[in-house]
Amino acid sequence: MATLDDLKKRIASVKSTQKITKAMKMVAAAKLRKAQENAEKGRPYSEKMNNIILNLSSGISDKENAPKLLSGTGEEKIYLCIVLTSDRGLCGGFNSNIIKKAKAYFKKLSEEGKILKIITVGSKGYDQLKRVYKDSIVEKISFKESKTINYLDAEKVGKLIIENFEKKEFDVCTIFYNKFKNVITQIPQEQQIIPLKTSEVEENSSEDNYEFEPDEDEILSNLLPKNISTQIFKAMLENSASEQGSRMSAMDSATRNAGEMVDKLTIEYNRSRQAAITKELIEIISGAESL
Amino acid sequence: MSEEFKIEIVNPEKSFLSKEDVTEVVVPAFEGEMGILKDHISIISFLKPGIIKIFSKSGEEHYYVEDGIVEFKNNNLSVLTSSIFNIKDFDKDKISELLTQAEEYSKNSEITDQNKYLVDQKIDVLKTLN
Repeated sequence: MATLDDLKKRIASVKSTQKITKAMKMVAAAKLRKAQENAEKGRPYSEKMNNIILNLSSGISDKENAPKLLSGTGEEKIYLCIVLTSDRGLCGGFNSNIIKKAKAYFKKLSEEGKILKIITVGSKGYDQLKRVYKDSIVEKISFKESKTINYLDAEKVGKLIIENFEKKEFDVCTIFYNKFKNVITQIPQEQQIIPLKTSEVEENSSEDNYEFEPDEDEILSNLLPKNISTQIFKAMLENSASEQGSRMSAMDSATRNAGEMVDKLTIEYNRSRQAAITKELIEIISGAESL
Repeated sequence: MSEEFKIEIVNPEKSFLSKEDVTEVVVPAFEGEMGILKDHISIISFLKPGIIKIFSKSGEEHYYVEDGIVEFKNNNLSVLTSSIFNIKDFDKDKISELLTQAEEYSKNSEITDQNKYLVDQKIDVLKTLN
């Protein structure tokens, strides 16, 4: 059995761990509010962008000559996957959930005999993927230096994707990120951005006839690359809100667990203290009796 | 009948500006400046670097944009842009900083014609501001 001193030390150490997790929870809660606000503020832009593109692509008459970013290269051989994760750990299942989703997708691809290329954004994703998919990872990007999510970072990723697309390095591009639903639930998402999924076009097609200046094709070919950056930016915003939410709930349960542990250890400590006193008393009494 | 319509300017980070009492907006569309009044036909166009002028009851406002898309539909004007500044917040340092950046970029020999056109526009606009 552990001695009194050992127990005392353990209680102290659990208590200090609890303090850390509690502080991390507070910080995450504060950051979450900001990230959530940012994610909400960023929504109008991506929604508007999506609407315009939907309107445009439904209006396009010549499907054959539509920009490649919209219609695809005509082949479906090389798949590029962008896996967006966080740069920091201690956020519960946040990163593993994305990776799990991505790995399931990778497995499906390799069964179908497709070629896989991966770009990881955020160092945690790279750490988890490099063991199995080291050869597939073509690029790893990390925005550790930037304090807040900004559009320039997203644009960098977007440009990289488009450059690679123009070099015909891949045919289909999918991004993986966590969608923020609420503090406890974040849903890992896979979203195909090239070629753009046009399934929503039908339901959303409006009869409005737009005037275009210059013509549709030129606007579309200008807009689509922007849309990719926008989608990535949206994913990054959702991801950062999810990360903080996930960290907050993880730290909350860690704090609670530490509290339970302190209670258990305190009871054990008190018991053994009492036992020691009783033992001493018995020794004294039996010593007196023998006289 | 009122002659007012709605304008909303959004950038990726947030909704930059939203106004309901706008009477006229002049945007630097790719093929030249374009004035928009109420009941304009639905239009989509994209922007070149320039000044957006917004006329409303509360006065006239000027914004500098570098790129973007405008959509006008049902008397709602949406401007999507990734770089927008209020002219009032512009100081000399900021302008000259942007100007040097643009000038350096235009000296790049691998520049495409379209980008060259855009960057020249930018330099012109910035010079008039300076």
